[in-house]
Amino acid sequence: MAATTETLAQVQEMADDKYKYGFVTDIDSENAPKGLSEDIVRFISAKKNEPEWLLEWRLKAYRHWLTMPEPNWAKVGFPAIDYQDSYYYSAPKAVGDGPQSLDEIDPELLATYEKLGIPLKEQEMLAGVAVDAVFDSVSVATTFKSKLEEVGVIFCPLTEALEKCPDLVKKYLGTVVPYTDNKHATLNSAVFTEGSFVYIPPGVRCPMELSTYFRINAKNTGQFERTLIIADKESYVSYLEGCTAPMRDENQLHAAVVELIALDDAEIKYSTVQNWYPGDENGKGGIYNFVTKRGACRGRNSKISWTQVETGSAITWKYPSCILQGDNSVGEFYSIAITNNRQQADTGTKMIHLGRNTSSKIISKGISAGHADQTYRGLVKMSPKADGARNFTQCDSLLIGDQCGAHTVPYIESKNKSAIVEHEATTSTISEDQLFYLRQRGIPVEAAVALVVNGFCREVLQQLPMEFAVEAQKLVGISLEGSVG
Amino acid sequence: MLEIKNLHVSVEGSEILKGLDLTVDPGEIHAIMGPNGSGKSTLSHVIAGRDGYEITGGRIIFQGEALTGMEPEERAAKGIFLAFQYPVEIPGVANTTFLKEALNSIRRYRGEDELDAMQFVKMMRKKTEELNISDDMLKRAVNVGFSGGEKKRNEILQMAVLNPSLAILDETDSGLDIDALKIVAEGVNKLRSPDRSMLVITHYQRLLDYIIPDKVHVLAHGKIQRTGGKELALELEEKGYAEFDEAAA
Repeated sequence: MAATTETLAQVQEMADDKYKYGFVTDIDSENAPKGLSEDIVRFISAKKNEPEWLLEWRLKAYRHWLTMPEPNWAKVGFPAIDYQDSYYYSAPKAVGDGPQSLDEIDPELLATYEKLGIPLKEQEMLAGVAVDAVFDSVSVATTFKSKLEEVGVIFCPLTEALEKCPDLVKKYLGTVVPYTDNKHATLNSAVFTEGSFVYIPPGVRCPMELSTYFRINAKNTGQFERTLIIADKESYVSYLEGCTAPMRDENQLHAAVVELIALDDAEIKYSTVQNWYPGDENGKGGIYNFVTKRGACRGRNSKISWTQVETGSAITWKYPSCILQGDNSVGEFYSIAITNNRQQADTGTKMIHLGRNTSSKIISKGISAGHADQTYRGLVKMSPKADGARNFTQCDSLLIGDQCGAHTVPYIESKNKSAIVEHEATTSTISEDQLFYLRQRGIPVEAAVALVVNGFCREVLQQLPMEFAVEAQKLVGISLEGSVG
Repeated sequence: MLEIKNLHVSVEGSEILKGLDLTVDPGEIHAIMGPNGSGKSTLSHVIAGRDGYEITGGRIIFQGEALTGMEPEERAAKGIFLAFQYPVEIPGVANTTFLKEALNSIRRYRGEDELDAMQFVKMMRKKTEELNISDDMLKRAVNVGFSGGEKKRNEILQMAVLNPSLAILDETDSGLDIDALKIVAEGVNKLRSPDRSMLVITHYQRLLDYIIPDKVHVLAHGKIQRTGGKELALELEEKGYAEFDEAAA
């Protein structure tokens, strides 16, 4: 009894630990005026020198958006968003002309990355990772381009792709997540300002992990990245996305869209470490992360695998999904979600089985501490044509303290008699026995909790590429220092 | 090494230890025997600093320092090791990961350099060889799916790695068949050293056939009722604990 009380006290103590990556860089932004209107949409499109068809698409999205209600089915609560109180375009001035090398980058910007422990220069040398760095809404540096060009891989900001390969963009943009999809995705379609584009040509195995670091910096700037990845026949790519954000007071909307397309025999592995500012211990000032991520396994034997480590944001609303259209295609979803203090997360996946012998696997690990509330929400759908389709789902929740919540909401729809769907779920807590055992061996309580939680998440951490796994484990530790006891 | 004076301990308001005295000198092995419910496990948990035990009187001095109020991890760092009666499972955490974290935590506390991965592996190899423990056990998650014997051997391995100056074996023999018991006892004997004291807590005499104690204490009704040499254990085996029940009644 006493032990539980003490553990809770320690949780509280550690919850007061300040957000370690909270700092604001002082850079002039070239902002569009506050608010959202057709003019703003046109302004953004003009800033980007976009083709007419894209402007039209944006405008259709904007007009549709006006008619859409807010999605309200997720188990999260927050005051209504005032869309007119936000900026929709800002660009660091220093990069207006497009820098050719890191030397041309605003030094303060580079310093910010260094504080985050993701210096571009080192990354270039160390990990062999090509970085398309998004600072606010404009890409400021892209590295390793030549190496990728050798094998024909296109990896660039989406805007640049519109010049380089407009046909590809036009062919695939909005085909996985249509502009009518949901309120957040529709808003993104109207006002997206940046994001990455990846195209892997047939038969090419991308020679390096591709990675993008997102970062919100300018005050009151919503982030609307849009990422489009196409893996052509028999190709393979592993894409890493990670982010941290500086401390601030106003809530910020982050409504990104990610679309993946895998053609015959192609494979896309998409990994995310998400560490947006979660707000203070009362939940004030955190990021709203309302993201639409979806992959289409269009080709036969194609595979899309999502791995996510979600530790940040005040509210997370995110369901990376797979549409398994091609016969024998495979969808995977590996997730760790950590919520703490007043954080809320409603996350999960959708596996839509359309093709024959399609299979999917869902491994979800949720950790909730403090007053946080977390929901796993997943849909597994077997369509009438999905003969021999299979799904396995495992949802494990770990509760720390007695003020937090964990919920599992699986939806299963099977319209095919030969399809097999399995669902397993567990809820557990870090036991006093475990903590005492570890502490008796000399491990301080914080580290003991981190160890137990890392063990709990192991199946998912193992899915991450090596360079990301280390970072993710550290992040789990950091989140726990500030959130778990 | 360890000096316990007039120790009174309550759990949720009821007194379990009622004035216990015990002195263990360096290098000595003491056996604590007693009937169920006599306070044997309470004693081991109190020395290790587990929450939920209220010390209402007396004190525990370890290497000249009072332990009262010290966190379990601090006591561990100062050289106290408890081999658990029921070792706890930590799913997903490899035994090596756990041991490295434990050892380096202790080293950090003591102001010593942490071992890097290479040094650690080298040290582990030596320890597992000495104790005849397969590498396989190191890769598995801590105690998950271990047999009773494996769990106890794992405790002994941890003891070997952390190298404590006081080891408390809490009913290490419980749940072991005779072969497993021998193997565990053999491990313990290998770790006997003039710098290390051991407190062997057991209900049965049979463990003491393999781990020969310097002294045997009978704990009943919250106090040490009798102290003797190893022959006391044999006497208890024959007569049982009945006389202590009567003495206290």
